[in-house]
Amino acid sequence: MNSGRTVAVRLLVFAASLFVASIAIFLVVNALPGDVATAILGFGADPASIADLRARLGLDRPLLVRYFAWAGNMLTGNLGRSYLTSESVTALVAPRIGVTAWLVVISMLIAPLVALPLGMLAAMKRRSWQGATASTVSQIGLSIPAFYAGILLVIVFAVTLRWLPANGYTELVDATGRWRPVSFVQHLVLPVLSLVIVQSSVLTRYVRSAFIEVLSEDYFRTARAVGWTRWRALWRHGVRNAAISVVTVIGLQLATLLVGAIVVEQVFRIPGLGTALLSAVANRDLIVVQGIVMVLVFAVLVINLLTDLSYLLIDPRLRGRDAR
Amino acid sequence: MVSGRISRRALLGGTAAIAISAAACSGTSTPSATPKTLSVGATLEPPTLDPTMSDAASIPQLLLYNVYETLVKLDSDGNIKPLLAVRWDVSSDNTSYTFTLQQGAKFASGTAVDAAAVVAGIQRMRTSASATIKSQLAPIAEVSAQDSSTVVVTLSQPSNAWLYSMTSTAGMIVDPATTDMATKPMGSGPFAFSTWTKGDSITLAKNTKYWGTPGRFDTVTFRYYVDPNAMITAMLSGDLDIISNLQAPQSLSQFADTAKYTVVEGTTTGKVTMGFNHSSPALAQLKVRQAICYAIDRKALLNTVWAGHGQLIGSHAAPTEPYYEDLSSTYPFDPAKAKALLAEAGVANLALRLRVPVTKYATDSATFVQSQLKDVGITVTIEQLDFSRWLTEVFTNGDYDMTIVAHVEPRDLVKWADPKYYWHYNNPQLQALVKEADAGSSDDYERLMKQASELLAEDAAADWLFLLPNLVVTTSAVTGVGQNATSLSFDLTTIASQ
Repeated sequence: MNSGRTVAVRLLVFAASLFVASIAIFLVVNALPGDVATAILGFGADPASIADLRARLGLDRPLLVRYFAWAGNMLTGNLGRSYLTSESVTALVAPRIGVTAWLVVISMLIAPLVALPLGMLAAMKRRSWQGATASTVSQIGLSIPAFYAGILLVIVFAVTLRWLPANGYTELVDATGRWRPVSFVQHLVLPVLSLVIVQSSVLTRYVRSAFIEVLSEDYFRTARAVGWTRWRALWRHGVRNAAISVVTVIGLQLATLLVGAIVVEQVFRIPGLGTALLSAVANRDLIVVQGIVMVLVFAVLVINLLTDLSYLLIDPRLRGRDAR
Repeated sequence: MVSGRISRRALLGGTAAIAISAAACSGTSTPSATPKTLSVGATLEPPTLDPTMSDAASIPQLLLYNVYETLVKLDSDGNIKPLLAVRWDVSSDNTSYTFTLQQGAKFASGTAVDAAAVVAGIQRMRTSASATIKSQLAPIAEVSAQDSSTVVVTLSQPSNAWLYSMTSTAGMIVDPATTDMATKPMGSGPFAFSTWTKGDSITLAKNTKYWGTPGRFDTVTFRYYVDPNAMITAMLSGDLDIISNLQAPQSLSQFADTAKYTVVEGTTTGKVTMGFNHSSPALAQLKVRQAICYAIDRKALLNTVWAGHGQLIGSHAAPTEPYYEDLSSTYPFDPAKAKALLAEAGVANLALRLRVPVTKYATDSATFVQSQLKDVGITVTIEQLDFSRWLTEVFTNGDYDMTIVAHVEPRDLVKWADPKYYWHYNNPQLQALVKEADAGSSDDYERLMKQASELLAEDAAADWLFLLPNLVVTTSAVTGVGQNATSLSFDLTTIASQ
């Protein structure tokens, strides 16, 4: 019941955040200088045709009416229609989510695989050269922006060595229904790598400090006292305890990874959410901007929710806390 | 009356950069009986494919002459040539045009391009939402089919600009069966629209029913690179065969290996114009405008901003426009004279706002201009605006003193005759010249427009900083890319690959 209550509270906070976010997004996007009708019609458009187009797009309605129309539709999964092409925004955004998701999910799966061993090594051997090396490597990775890493990777692996394509994207299953796994992977290697370099470096720092903390805990010393090896004690008690802070960081990292992906998509010309967002902003296709930002906010909130809920799974103490 | 049209995207990117590649990304599996493919990379992706909805230059770049055809087209020297019309006869009073249509021309759908379809096509454009197209077609009084292969267009007044605009977007003949121009364009060109992967590329397929010389490629893919360096690395890594119109001329040296690459350099119609707001009190004075023109070393600016590629023009005309002459020495670099003129005008401590769209040529030029004007005692504050904001605040609301934008539309000098246009330039003498030129014979047109161009230069109506070059980089396999970009089309019909 108690963990049930915790879950209920979390869900409530989630829904409220989503609602507040939708208002904020709507207001900010609509306060952007520049007008979609002017942007569409461009040069030489007379005021009459601009007014005409605004009316056709429903932009002459009061702000409040437009907000509720948009938010109401959103509850049914309908993000509206693009001002520019009249296409459904949901249909426009859905394939983009897939592209960005590949990038983010693959990076996030690889980053801990690099960071956990590296971070543990840095913690366990922190007074020897191995630990110092691990720390230095992560420090260097941390100080390189993802886009810069991307450019360097392209110069080395695409321009000089010609092992991989410089940019672009191939769907796993192309328009004709043909599977293209090789091309799909080739196009993702460099963008994923440039995200992983930064992400795993950040994560390594956190893993290291989480484990250093564990090493000085009483339960760790006790485990050692009853004859467990350092690694076994660390594995048995350390991982779970360190996991709380590492999972928190992974949750936060996922959010920054989404933003990082937007930049990396530009460098590698990947048609994901970031590319779609930038072109919609440039064209003042505000309804598409609202839709994409909403999707991003939704993703971040879901990640936070899952992070919160995962504490309950990882740490039995939290489950029992409310019972007292 | 109005012929020139500036396209918002065109302004942003200059004439959009294009790259071409034989499709293969390294390592992708290609079947042995490889279909002939071409990958054309460009800078800006069209926001929509409906040219009646949007002025984006990326739309004619992709569709004009390739997917949509026009009655008449512009050749590589900027002359009007037959396309869907084999010939046209003009009445003695220059108000009635009789077009004789190409026999056997068909849309990609198989429907004949007959007189009825052409009439329907012109009528469709006349009801366009784009005010630009509407005004270009405004001289038309009536369009009718005389018989199945003859179309008669009657104008309410003679207009040289009208026939010219029929070579551009306004003249595109759309298949009458088209229902969705925004995502499924249908025309009669050598290529037909195939697929659009948003944020990435648009693919055209060979129109197997094409009436003329068939397209030389089975598919042509336009790939869009927002970042010019991404396009360059794609070229260097072997993903591309051609970069047409390089947007980073400083990187030209990377393609110096003549065994691998060919560099073609020509002209565009992209006039990088530093416009003055003529309703701002200081800039309404001729001496102040002249002082600014004298104060700027445009040769040095071109070297700094565009690595010396491009040329100085001095007025609102490009070499591929019929009324062009070199007026670049009207105001040679002379800071002392600039200071003297400012003193004569009684202007001291002049402060001006230079509000530019965020695009490389504009922001780089702005910095250069700022430092040179400082030397003659003019304080310039630079403000960079994203293009939509620029469009609303500078272009529509006229809230600026000076701005820098490339006017890429061919033959757009006529914009200076519109006092409501964002420069607020109101010169009755120029307006009379432009009007007379439009209504006159073709000789009159050239002569009078030349006078108009000279008048603009002498009046220092703007400071034309330079003309954007057409910089094409190709691999040795590709041939036939036009040296000069005379229209907004990236014309695929001349391009071949070994």
